[in-house]
Amino acid sequence: MEVGLKMGMKGGGGGDHVKEKMGFEETELRLGLPGGGGEAGGGEVVRKRGFSETVDLKLNLSSKQDTSGIDPNEEKVTGLTKDKNLLLSATDPAKPPAKAQVVGWPPVRSFRKNMLATTTTTEKSSSDESSGEKAAFVKVSMDGAPYLRKVDLRMYTSYHQLSDALAKMFSSFTIGNCGSQGVKDFMNEGKLMDLLNGSDYVPTYEDKDGDWMLVGDVPWEMFVESCKRLRIMKGTEAIGLAPKAVEKCKKRG
Amino acid sequence: MNYFPDEVLEHVFDSIASHKDRNSVSLVCKSWYRIERYSRRRVFIGNCYSISPERLIARFPGLKSLTLKGKPHFADFNLVPYDWGGFVYPWIKALAESGIGLEELRLKRMVVSDESLELLSKSFANFKSLVLVSCEGFSADGLAAVAANCRFLRELDLQENEVDDHRGHWLSCFPESCTSLVSLNFACLKGEVNLGALERLVSRSPNLKSLRLNRLVPLDTLQKLLMRAPQLVDLGIGSYVHDPSSEASNKLKHAIQRCKSIVSLSGFLEVAPRCMSAIYPICGNLTTLNLSYAPGLHGNKLTKLIQHCRKLQRLWILDRIGDKGLGVVASTCKELQELRVFPSDPFGAGNDAVTEEGLVLVSAGCPKLNSLLYFCQQMTNAALITVARNCPNFIRFRLCILDPVKPDPVTNQPLDEGFGAIVQSCKRLKRLSLSGLLTDQVFLYIGMYAEQLEMLSIAFAADSDKGMLYVLNGCKKLRKLEIRDCPFGNSALLEDVGKYETMRSLWMSSCEVTLGGCKTVAEKMPSLNVEIINESDQTEFNLDEGQKVDKMYLYRTLVGHRKDAPESVWIL
Repeated sequence: MEVGLKMGMKGGGGGDHVKEKMGFEETELRLGLPGGGGEAGGGEVVRKRGFSETVDLKLNLSSKQDTSGIDPNEEKVTGLTKDKNLLLSATDPAKPPAKAQVVGWPPVRSFRKNMLATTTTTEKSSSDESSGEKAAFVKVSMDGAPYLRKVDLRMYTSYHQLSDALAKMFSSFTIGNCGSQGVKDFMNEGKLMDLLNGSDYVPTYEDKDGDWMLVGDVPWEMFVESCKRLRIMKGTEAIGLAPKAVEKCKKRG
Repeated sequence: MNYFPDEVLEHVFDSIASHKDRNSVSLVCKSWYRIERYSRRRVFIGNCYSISPERLIARFPGLKSLTLKGKPHFADFNLVPYDWGGFVYPWIKALAESGIGLEELRLKRMVVSDESLELLSKSFANFKSLVLVSCEGFSADGLAAVAANCRFLRELDLQENEVDDHRGHWLSCFPESCTSLVSLNFACLKGEVNLGALERLVSRSPNLKSLRLNRLVPLDTLQKLLMRAPQLVDLGIGSYVHDPSSEASNKLKHAIQRCKSIVSLSGFLEVAPRCMSAIYPICGNLTTLNLSYAPGLHGNKLTKLIQHCRKLQRLWILDRIGDKGLGVVASTCKELQELRVFPSDPFGAGNDAVTEEGLVLVSAGCPKLNSLLYFCQQMTNAALITVARNCPNFIRFRLCILDPVKPDPVTNQPLDEGFGAIVQSCKRLKRLSLSGLLTDQVFLYIGMYAEQLEMLSIAFAADSDKGMLYVLNGCKKLRKLEIRDCPFGNSALLEDVGKYETMRSLWMSSCEVTLGGCKTVAEKMPSLNVEIINESDQTEFNLDEGQKVDKMYLYRTLVGHRKDAPESVWIL
């Protein structure tokens, strides 16, 4: 959560007392005054932005990871140490950088910040379910094959590519006339009847609704979105899947 | 001076709409003042404490439309206590009692109670338009009162308000007789609304042009609403998650395609990127697109969408778009005038952020660009100089580097020269926000070149009082100056206190000004309210003149000290 670091006014009544609050004023580096020394008075104090000190310190921290032996009277050292503590995690390569956070920076309306926080959590949980732009691995089973395979549908941009890949994957298991040729021909309606009548194989898929569909009917992108698993069915079992194709072929006689 | 009868002058004045011009007209002579004040219908009050409702009513008895702004700008960033002020109730009460026929009320950064909304709804028979921006203090009950009682309501526009709306019945409170709605925006509400009531309301509002839904309006309702309101010009989609292969998605596509008048699109508070293709058919008409609440949209899906939006004039987006995405904007959106790039993760590692490269690309591709708000990882002088050359028409230029004191990463120099180039090139610049490592030099440039500058926001910049002095001396048209965490002290503050009377307000927080300095300003300038805001432990706040002031807000006023300040605010 936010660490509200107020770039507030100096500690009341000057002096070297160190506030509990992480005040950036503690880290103030004055021009031409490298040593410690009191806050109050001391002539012209050209105060550089406290934040810049923090940035400078960040850059130097890797070599000076000394958090012990603080002389509380040396305000500057104390201040540096405070900031070292603050930013230690920033330079620790094991942890993600935890930025020191200043009140009201960056200048984004709270409304917007809250909206984005809510939206991001919702998005994260929903994107885990959906394929989004991540890999779309689906199981591929082929009737008669001793084991299943998995393919990432996003690796391909067309049915043609997919069928090539499946053919290669299952070439060792094919029986009869199928082989790579049979699988490739599923886009061709004429051949489809041969496939369906014969013992050739037909690629089918289970969609989001749980229905088993014939591969190739819908546009590629739509297929990728809705495909949950693939099954290369034996032709004889696939008859019920492509009634349109069957009718068309019958019409053609 | 009067060569014409009053009616003629009135007729002439009617065609003068701009507030500035009207104000000028009223200063010409007594009779023009008189005629102008009776014919004035719209009044804009940039600081609600600069004038009282009574004086407003006395001067403009024919008032129909009032715009009020309350809290200082930095209240947006949690720098102002929640109870600082900006209450609208006294205004509504006074207007109600005066018999003024108020028809429109537009509020920004004000505290609006349910009581005030109820009073508003019952007091003005002809009330037509309520616009609340970044307000708070009201709940759905107040909205219910407005819905129920404003018989001729045309506009209910709620933008980015903090509303307590756990009871969503307000929408049902619009009576069946209410058919006048032109604009309904409830995108900022977190609660559910009665969907049936919403559908019926939209069905009986033939003039509805603008509709912005909240996150809890489901897809099928959206589809039904679009079918009933194909005349929409401005649409804010709440939830936009659907399966592109589903029947619902097809129906939605069809509904969207019927809305041929939509030129403004926003929302997508919940979005599944793969569904954006349904929007493509209307993208070609869009002039305004706000995707700044849709972190789920990025990468290809986002750029594909933008590639369809060739007529875009205003684009609000998250930095997830990346520099490459901005390149797509640059090559597609040749009509672009306003670009806002918000940070999707203000406190994160900033992996998704944009850099100077994206800005340069947009400046090269979009010559009409005149308004910019850009949150980025880094900026270089070279880039700013290029941008200044490419786009000399900037009116608003607000740059926010996430690390506020970051120098030019290439040269390790401050960004003085870059911003200097901007102010020198953009002669019409009215608003400027700076960030990055900056010395007094940039302020020298601003004072020298930014002649039209009206609003300046400075944070973590400058080396000395000189910076502030350059600005106060140079920028003659300066109206609002807001400064945080800069080494400006009393000598800058006190150099020319008369200047503050020419400005609306000055904000200084975490600077070097002391209580004594502030007191001096207050003493010398009775026409200013000098407020000290001290939120820390009260016991620490002593009256030592040398005490540095945490936050100071001063503004010109005609009505002296306000009476409604909380304990944390001390008016000197």
